[in-house]
Amino acid sequence: MDFRLSEEQQQIKQMVHELCLERVEPRAAAIDESGEFPWDIKELFASHDILAIPFTPDYGGVSGSAVTLIVAIEEISKFCATSSLILSVQSLGSLPIWLAGTEEQKRKYLPPLARGERLAAYALTEPGSGSDAGGMRTRAVRRGDSYLINGSKTFITGGSVADTLVVFARTDQDGDASLRNISAFIVEKDMPGFKVGKLEKKLGIRGSPTAQIFFEDLVVPEKNRLGRDGDGFRLAMRVLDHSRPGIAAQALGLAEGAFELARRYARERHQFGKPISEFQGIQFLLADMATQIEAARALTYAAADAIDRQLAEINLTSAMAKLCASDTAMRVTTDAVQVLGGYGYLRDFPAERMMRDAKITQIYEGTNEIQRLVIARALLKEKKS
Amino acid sequence: MNLALTSEQEEIRRLARDFAEREVKPRADAIDHRVEFPRDLVEKAARLGLLGMLVPDSFGGAGLDHLSFAIFIEEVAKFSGSTAVIIDVHTSVGTEPIVLFGSEEQKHRWLPDLAQGRKLAAFALTEPEAGSDAAHLKTTAVRTSSGYVLDGSKIFITNAGEADSYVVMAATRPGSGAGGVSAFVVSGANPGMTVGPPFKKMGLNGSAIAEVFFKDCEVPESDRLGAEGEGFRIAMRALDSGRIGISAQAVGLAQGALDDAIAYAQERKQFNKPIAELQTIQNKIADMGVRVSAARWLTWNAAARCDAGLPFTREASMAKLYATDIAMEVTLDALQVFGGYGYLEEYPMARRVRDAKACQIYEGTNQIQRIVIAREVLTA
Repeated sequence: MDFRLSEEQQQIKQMVHELCLERVEPRAAAIDESGEFPWDIKELFASHDILAIPFTPDYGGVSGSAVTLIVAIEEISKFCATSSLILSVQSLGSLPIWLAGTEEQKRKYLPPLARGERLAAYALTEPGSGSDAGGMRTRAVRRGDSYLINGSKTFITGGSVADTLVVFARTDQDGDASLRNISAFIVEKDMPGFKVGKLEKKLGIRGSPTAQIFFEDLVVPEKNRLGRDGDGFRLAMRVLDHSRPGIAAQALGLAEGAFELARRYARERHQFGKPISEFQGIQFLLADMATQIEAARALTYAAADAIDRQLAEINLTSAMAKLCASDTAMRVTTDAVQVLGGYGYLRDFPAERMMRDAKITQIYEGTNEIQRLVIARALLKEKKS
Repeated sequence: MNLALTSEQEEIRRLARDFAEREVKPRADAIDHRVEFPRDLVEKAARLGLLGMLVPDSFGGAGLDHLSFAIFIEEVAKFSGSTAVIIDVHTSVGTEPIVLFGSEEQKHRWLPDLAQGRKLAAFALTEPEAGSDAAHLKTTAVRTSSGYVLDGSKIFITNAGEADSYVVMAATRPGSGAGGVSAFVVSGANPGMTVGPPFKKMGLNGSAIAEVFFKDCEVPESDRLGAEGEGFRIAMRALDSGRIGISAQAVGLAQGALDDAIAYAQERKQFNKPIAELQTIQNKIADMGVRVSAARWLTWNAAARCDAGLPFTREASMAKLYATDIAMEVTLDALQVFGGYGYLEEYPMARRVRDAKACQIYEGTNQIQRIVIAREVLTA
């Protein structure tokens, strides 16, 4: 058993760290303040092959390893969670193609995504179907060699900037609303009938556009369907099993970034004639933060390693990582604000932004309540068999 | 990064599981309720070669790594916290200091018997007035022409009275704190050493914990471990890897409680269905599962670092703090799943709660772990 990163992963970590320290951290407050998608950061990541990390070399990428991907997400997120989403969503949106695409689909769509020339997004959630993703109402009706898609999606991360989206829709002809009647399609933003609605105003991750998307008689050729007709729901769930460690890594990075601020501040801030880091009240808080981070880190890396080793139980391990890391991020960022006291509450310091950003990690890619459902189901099943 | 167990570690897991299921599980309740030291289990473990896991083959041990050791302790602790701590203390803090700091002669003299379980080991650091503040020992070791004379007393000594060898920390330069402490291996047969009656405790009833008294206790120089003044460092190093064992014990207690809670939730019917189908029970199971899994990874991480020769003080403290805190939470939550039945001593749930509490206290209270961790992260 070896918890150490490979030499290559160490190098990527170092490169991403230095790049983010120099170029992303100075931009983070402004990205949050403006609420605009940071195209400059996207270009920066594309030009340094960071957006190529989720992809294997045969599709124009540089890695394809889940561990390497979370190393990068974690590093970016230490400085700017919004920016880390550019990479995670590039992975999330392309995972369905990677997992279920034909060779032709992969050759066509993955290399431009790996080069960062195009951006990906994943469109599952609808106004009426969040946790109950199978209750979606967007419909794809067959018309000869194509499908006609009508409906809408909401909470689509990167939806307004994406070029290539994977969209899930019902394909039931007979009104049978079962999970077996959901299919996945590759949709391109310039297809007629694809419309982006309003961008949401949010508590955090403000530079990451969260869009409503509308499909009005959108015509998608059959060759853009991913997998077989009716395989969509299973694919959607498989994708989440693969992507949740990425959210865990984002949460982990947030927690580590906040911890680092708190640690540095505690050593510099003097009260009662000495640094507050010399008070046990602060020491114990820091020890608990560090230990919780270590636990979240262990689960997150174990989940990514399980994906790389193609273990059967990634459904369980990914949900555990996501739940633990996001709850940890919420607690640790809140505690970091507390260590900084009044200053932590000010926009002048990044702690409050990290706390606002952390909240979303408990909600998206399956709320933590859904993670508990997934985990309990897996543990109960494991025991029975 | 590769978090797979080696085939040897998988094999240890199978062997430990088999030993725990077959030998430990049926005895666990009786050990606790009758407050009896499970000499039979210690002997059975010895016959399987499980008492010399960390001793090199050349001294009669199995020469295994700390990860295998953690796996073994976890499996035993799933059913019996008492048995786990007896073996843990013997293997880590009782024997490992001799492996790490003993001279060739000392290793030859002590290790084969300890590795093969012909002798049992203990570790004596804590004193009535030196608990968390372990450097300020009152037990003294005064030099004589042939060695040392030890005087003083130790408290909370696991395996006291049952052990045949004790790694004892005493002040060779009293009042000089950590630098004035030396380590000795004292034979259980030494006439200058007496052991008090085992304490009555909240839990870990099968494990003997007692006071140890030294009065004009003569120890030859050849039984001093390491150099004079090196004792505190030896103790801290012993505790670092001891904490891996305690973490594993806590993980085992929690995993055992979770396994029982899951099985019970699937059988117990209320409102016409198994309570496992109620979301409130599912949430408890999920939260328990996540914590146990995280605690196990932290424990394995500390063990793997130790085995790779990397610094692991911080990791061992984090594992100990996290695993023992979650063991307390998980054993309580699992008892709650059992409802009224959980409160009965007829089921193992109450026993696990009683056993888990000790884990938050010994081998450095969790408050001491936080001090260690804070120091490590603040100076990093």
